Amino acid sequence: MFTDMLTIWSSSPALSLAIWLVIIITLLYAGRPHAHQLLRSTGRAIHGTLRVASGSIHQLEERVINRNNDVLLAQGREEAENAIEREFTRVNTIVERDLSQYPVLHRKLTETLEKIESDYHNSIENKPLPPAWQEVMDTIKNLPSSGDPAVANILENIKEVVESSHDQTLKAYQDDTNERHGILKGMRPEWRSLNQNMQKVQQTITGLEDSAKTIDRRMDEYESMRKGEDKAVNSLTSSSLTQFFISSLVLTIAAFGGIINFHLIAMPMAEMVGGNSNIGSMPTSDIAALVIIMVEITMGLFLLEALQITKLFPVIRNLDDRMRKYMGIAALTILVIFAGIESSLAYMRDLLALDREALTQSLAGAAQAESQFRWIPSIGQMMLGFILPFALAFVGIPLESFVHSLRTVLGLIALGVLRTLRVTLRLIGGFSNHLSKMLVNLYDVFIMVPLSIERMVKYRLEQTSGQRQETAETDDVVSAAEEVEAAERERAAAANNAKTQSSKRKPRRQKADDGELAEEDLSLTAGEA
Amino acid sequence: MIDVTNPKIRAALQGLRLITAVLLSLLLFGCGEPTNHSRAAFVLMDISGSYAAERDQARQLTNYLLSQLDTGDSLAVGFIDNSSFTERNIIAQVTFDARPSVASKQKRIFQQRVIGFMENFQTPSYHSDITGGVLLARDYLEEVDAGQKHLFLLSDLHEDVPPRLERDMKLKLSDVQVVALNVKRQRSDNENPREYEQRLASWEKRVEENGGNWALVNNMERLEKQVVLR
Repeated sequence: MFTDMLTIWSSSPALSLAIWLVIIITLLYAGRPHAHQLLRSTGRAIHGTLRVASGSIHQLEERVINRNNDVLLAQGREEAENAIEREFTRVNTIVERDLSQYPVLHRKLTETLEKIESDYHNSIENKPLPPAWQEVMDTIKNLPSSGDPAVANILENIKEVVESSHDQTLKAYQDDTNERHGILKGMRPEWRSLNQNMQKVQQTITGLEDSAKTIDRRMDEYESMRKGEDKAVNSLTSSSLTQFFISSLVLTIAAFGGIINFHLIAMPMAEMVGGNSNIGSMPTSDIAALVIIMVEITMGLFLLEALQITKLFPVIRNLDDRMRKYMGIAALTILVIFAGIESSLAYMRDLLALDREALTQSLAGAAQAESQFRWIPSIGQMMLGFILPFALAFVGIPLESFVHSLRTVLGLIALGVLRTLRVTLRLIGGFSNHLSKMLVNLYDVFIMVPLSIERMVKYRLEQTSGQRQETAETDDVVSAAEEVEAAERERAAAANNAKTQSSKRKPRRQKADDGELAEEDLSLTAGEA
Repeated sequence: MIDVTNPKIRAALQGLRLITAVLLSLLLFGCGEPTNHSRAAFVLMDISGSYAAERDQARQLTNYLLSQLDTGDSLAVGFIDNSSFTERNIIAQVTFDARPSVASKQKRIFQQRVIGFMENFQTPSYHSDITGGVLLARDYLEEVDAGQKHLFLLSDLHEDVPPRLERDMKLKLSDVQVVALNVKRQRSDNENPREYEQRLASWEKRVEENGGNWALVNNMERLEKQVVLR
């Protein structure tokens, strides 16, 4: 077909090709203005359309950002409110537990202080030793003995009496001192008690102070969230992403646990529901095993919800305490029953595996080996079957974190997709605009021969018109000199006007499009060429 | 092994079954027409002439199939002799119970029956009515209505029907995978190999014309690779 078309003009392919080229180039030259216009308008249209689309996506992006921020801040506010509420509850507990007993403590302290004061007063009421006694004794001692035995005897008696009185007084003084020492000694436990009570008060006050600091910090964060500050948004985003990755990791671990659990009970389930029925493409026994695992997880979720550890179901959360307690007990009971069923299934699985192994050996003609310590894997499987449901029951905690953080992650992903789309559209728009300019230039490259001829013809025409003017000037120099001057002046004025207009138009055109330079050539139509 | 005849165990199993049935009842809604996933296999062994010595191959194949087939599947073993289209040609047949433990017990009994036949076998038959055996197997496979039907033919494919028997009829083997196993070459095949090839080709043509799929496995070890029992 192509060969036939090629040799339509001549049997010589080269000649025919040349004719075709001439025809094509002529046609291209003839349709040059329209082709240029088509290419440029197409490029501009694509550019403009994609720019508008990009603008719309940008607006959508802004909305998504605002929505994400709103959601993040709402979540953050809720968390902060909960944290502040928790701190206030803690403060309330401290106040109720410790400071409610403050009057008792105060009374105790007052009593202790009064007792100490009383003891102190008692201890300072000291009976002083009469100082004259010693002088009297010294005077009696220094009295001269006159040799009269009666006097000496009297003096001796006086001395004895005085000494006796002195001893009694001294003893009384010592007893009194001992008694005061006893009182002071009795004050020691009171002091200790006072010290302990004061330490208790200090601890309580310190705990309150710490809680107050935490509340202050939380309040600052809350305030920042309320104002919608970037710092708060960034912090919440980071926290949400961390939560997402951690919860994903834990959920993956839980999924593996679920798979192990499934394999533990899938085979013995065939013993109960039959091994030859299918639902869809899956055996019924496998689906039954999956259902049991799912129900266990659901019971775990209900239990955690009833214990108010998670907040996934508002209906359960809004129940009154007694109903929630009953629900928790019911969920726990069902969970325990399922754990028991799983444990028995795991044991059955072990028996079935043993039986199947024996049959396989029998079919293979091998002697059946006596397996020792078979009870160890049996017990291990039973324990695994009992523990795994409870382990899976806790999946609600990471699930809640995952669900909450997923909203943020999806928002970020949507944002990323929108941004990528916007940049891509801008790139495609810019590229199509430049591509149209390139195609315009490429078009001219194909028809460069007629374009060159056109330029030459124009040049010649300009030269010819210049020569005609010179001839006219020599013929009628004198008479028409003034007229020529006037005409030249008029031409100059017109040229100035045209220049001014073109200089006024130029910036707008440059601003519109750099490719308009090509349009200067468009003023020449094919017919003129 | 679980003793299912024990009333306590049976009661416990029934209780567990009830719980599971309640849990599954919701899932049963909206399910479409169930696909038949069960499998059925018929082993047809030739005990005529010199091929009777290949009985051990049949035992190996039966053991292999017993290990591969599971609950809900069916298996039968029959033999080809002078007149094969009779019930006495079936050595053992079973459809395995839905419970794996019962299925294991059935497999053991089945294996014992096959071994018993092999041990009590004495005289090879003079003729070999392969067509009669195939018709017998076809009837069995149609009867069990399995999703996958396999007919394992352990024979040299040299048919020698007694003149009194009418075997010129259609086999109707639609959806049956016919696997010719251990097709031994006879002395005459050694002299003229074309005869062997023609024999194989004629059986292949006959099976495929009657709607069946043909496969040839001369080495038992390659059976697992060539014939997949899903």
